[in-house]
Amino acid sequence: MNRQIVQLFGLCTLLFATLVAFTSWWTVLGAKDLETNANNRRPLIEEQRIPRGLILARDGSVLARSVGRGSGSRRTFTRTYPAGPLFSHAIGYNFISKGRAGLERSRNDQLVGKESEFGSIFSQLQSKDREGQDVTTTLDPRGQRAALAALGGRKGSIVAMEPQTGRVRVMVSVPEYNPNDVPTRFKELSLLNRATQSQYPPGSTFKVVTAAAALDSGKFNPQSIVDGSSPRPVSGVPLANSGGQDFGPISLTDALTNSVNTVWAQVGERLGRGTLVNYMQRFGFNQDPPLDYPDSQMSASGVRDERGRVLDGDGGFDVGRVAIGQGGSEGAILVSPLQMAMVAAAVGNGGKLMRPALTEKVVGKDGRVKERVEPEEQSTVMSEKAAGMLAEMMGNVVREGTGTAAALSGIDVAGKTGTAEVDNATANQAWFIGFAPIDRPRMAVAVTIERTQGQGGTEAAPLAKRVLEALIGGGGG
Amino acid sequence: MSARTRELLGLIPVSLLVTAGFAAVLLTRTEDVSDATATYGLFFLGCCVFAHLFIRSRLPDADPYLFPLAALLAAFGLVMIYRIDAELAREQAQWFVIGLACFCATIVFLRDHHALERYRYTIAAAGLALLVMPRLPGIGAQVNGAFLAVQLGPIKFQPAEFAKIAIIIFLASYLRDTGDMLVRARLRPLPPQRQLLLIGAAALGVLVLVRLLGLGTAATVLLAIFAISLVSILRERPSLKHFGPLLLIWGMAMLMLLFIRDLGSSLMFFGGFLALLYVATDRLSLVGAGATMFLGGAMFFANSVSHVQSRVDTWLHPFDPDLLEKVGGSYQIAQSLFAQADGGLFGRGFGQALLDLPGGTKILPAAHTDLIYAVITNELGLFGAAGLILGYLLFVARGFKTALVAADGFSKLLAVGLTSVLALQVFVIVGGVTKVIPLTGVTLPFVSYGGSSIVANMVLLALLLTVSDHAREDRGALQGGLV
Repeated sequence: MNRQIVQLFGLCTLLFATLVAFTSWWTVLGAKDLETNANNRRPLIEEQRIPRGLILARDGSVLARSVGRGSGSRRTFTRTYPAGPLFSHAIGYNFISKGRAGLERSRNDQLVGKESEFGSIFSQLQSKDREGQDVTTTLDPRGQRAALAALGGRKGSIVAMEPQTGRVRVMVSVPEYNPNDVPTRFKELSLLNRATQSQYPPGSTFKVVTAAAALDSGKFNPQSIVDGSSPRPVSGVPLANSGGQDFGPISLTDALTNSVNTVWAQVGERLGRGTLVNYMQRFGFNQDPPLDYPDSQMSASGVRDERGRVLDGDGGFDVGRVAIGQGGSEGAILVSPLQMAMVAAAVGNGGKLMRPALTEKVVGKDGRVKERVEPEEQSTVMSEKAAGMLAEMMGNVVREGTGTAAALSGIDVAGKTGTAEVDNATANQAWFIGFAPIDRPRMAVAVTIERTQGQGGTEAAPLAKRVLEALIGGGGG
Repeated sequence: MSARTRELLGLIPVSLLVTAGFAAVLLTRTEDVSDATATYGLFFLGCCVFAHLFIRSRLPDADPYLFPLAALLAAFGLVMIYRIDAELAREQAQWFVIGLACFCATIVFLRDHHALERYRYTIAAAGLALLVMPRLPGIGAQVNGAFLAVQLGPIKFQPAEFAKIAIIIFLASYLRDTGDMLVRARLRPLPPQRQLLLIGAAALGVLVLVRLLGLGTAATVLLAIFAISLVSILRERPSLKHFGPLLLIWGMAMLMLLFIRDLGSSLMFFGGFLALLYVATDRLSLVGAGATMFLGGAMFFANSVSHVQSRVDTWLHPFDPDLLEKVGGSYQIAQSLFAQADGGLFGRGFGQALLDLPGGTKILPAAHTDLIYAVITNELGLFGAAGLILGYLLFVARGFKTALVAADGFSKLLAVGLTSVLALQVFVIVGGVTKVIPLTGVTLPFVSYGGSSIVANMVLLALLLTVSDHAREDRGALQGGLV
């Protein structure tokens, strides 16, 4: 009998080992899936009990804080946003009933002070309550206010960033919303962040991308002469200049200053799809921008076909029309305001695109810096020489071309206007992208206004001026 | 070192656990500290020391590890229940005292467990009566669709806890007598041609059945194992009349599934029976046939009885939105898994797990009984849970050790049966909580809240200690005689 008893004990050991194995699965290996399971309310209840960290503007003013209610184990915290609608889309919101969005979402782990398994033992041993960490953003309240005031309720978006660091100083999308209203008036609020989510036709601002490809590839220089007569057939269909103006043979510099469509369409056709898409990718097109912002709230800029798919160099789109910021039924160029700010910033930074960032640093409650977001190069778009030539050309646009409304007194501004027809040519998408000062750029900006009757130069350029003034000064104005 | 010292030393970890556990829980609830709560620990330790002295005076040769292990598990349970609800812990402590009284009574009145053999049919009848009691009108009570509890005036108890002991005593006694006869081969084994014929017939039978009934993979495998077991039983040409009682027990287990509607306790009883059958006869074929018949029956009921079916559904699809919202659906198992995931490797610490929702309702249904293992995992993590399982494994090891050293068949089978049924009970409830098998409402021995459970398991412990005392005494006498 004894042999069977020993075997039976072996079986019991096996059964108990199965129990430990399953427990290991649920507690460790499969725990992540369970924690993110939609039916699991624990994380939400748990996080309600943690005072989330502050979200601060660049100057230290508070953009989001947690307010406690109740006491002891029943104490819970809710979020309040002292700045109201001013930072709405960039910061987002966090409420038990409605979930979270924006920076509240992308920085959630740090805001709730989530730590590694080992970190949590140590804090348990020290019997410390979990506390959120403070997130200092790169956003500038002055610039943000100026941008919101400049748009004055018109639907659109303004993004400003430092060319050398990629730090986003302004991210405004109108209509804005007051995050404090999220729990009560969720359905009425306009939660679309036009700065990162919208896909607009860029119009002539895209000629900056085409020009970068033209100059850096060595096939053109600013003095290259191209025939600017109008209309000219592009892909077999006649293309006209703005107002039907015929420029005749003209240099690239002048063609940018006067935004000559037929010249840039020819440049695009001579470069070819592959080269153009290659430079677009260097500028960050065809993928979500690497911003510390939720992926679901960003969209990739690029040439999209009618079904919304982003095309690469092999797609059979009309490269001439894409080169001037339009397109055809096979594919049209669509961009987000953030992407266009990145384009301006890359030119302003000598051809180096810096990775865009919304966070400057994350600081624990003990005052120690947990994470500092250092400037990081995303890609080298073009040579410093090509960038210098392009900056000079863009300077001409503001000095004597379509963008004079963006000029600041005492500071040279480089820029490019854009006007894209929308809604069957009944309205325009007005654009201005640029940076200043030209010799040592401190700020790049992209402004766009939806469905306006005016042009980029008259509608968008003055807004860029106001924002640049607020951010880098500039006498008078 | 004498058994006495070893048992006393074994109580040291118990006292440490009780002190540390209560201290931790008290520290985390600074709002409602009262002096009375701190005395639980001391009181519990006092009871343990008393039991220790009692065991040493009555059963001086009994295994010195069994009691400290049981006390450790009980201390674990008491701290956990105290953490869930201080009032329940007070009741549990009272039940522990009553359990201890029954423990002492068992040892005093049952000086020799062999006396039980004389009453085996009475005991079997009592066990069966206990099992059907919850179905009797007037006193039966349905819990979560299963008939497990009996309400007698103010007292509510779960008769299955006591029935398991009665049935193990009967089976141990019965199989000691008939175990040999079950497998005693005829003088001449089956001639080779007949054996081949038998195998051929069995294979053909399996194929025809699979084709006719359109069985799935699992059912086919079960049927194949059953056929192989059957062939190897028949090859030995056993006398078939002794199989009657075995079929009867299988039928009983099936009836239990239908009547009590509880897969867990049926599994526990039938598993205990198969363990005894294997030890008594050394025939894997018998176990194979029995196990496949049980599983086959369970599968049949899973498809035909709605209660069993919904238990299986919630087991397989705990996160199905429809099942989650259904009353008696998968909410419990889903919350159990979420609680364990929340515990992680090291747990939240005593008193730190989330039990109450902001509204004041409980997030874990039956946290102090069915799901206590989930709470333990939540608070002490994988390490704490594995430690608890290790505690049970050590207890089971000492139980089997008792069986190994026991001198006679009945003692061996009794120790094996009691130990197996306890191990299976742990497997059934922890397996249910961790989604190894469908979740059913049996208690975690010594740990879960519940008077019947504590009292019955203390009696079980008393029986094991009695067997152990006799075994070591006999062996001691034998060795003494040799010298």
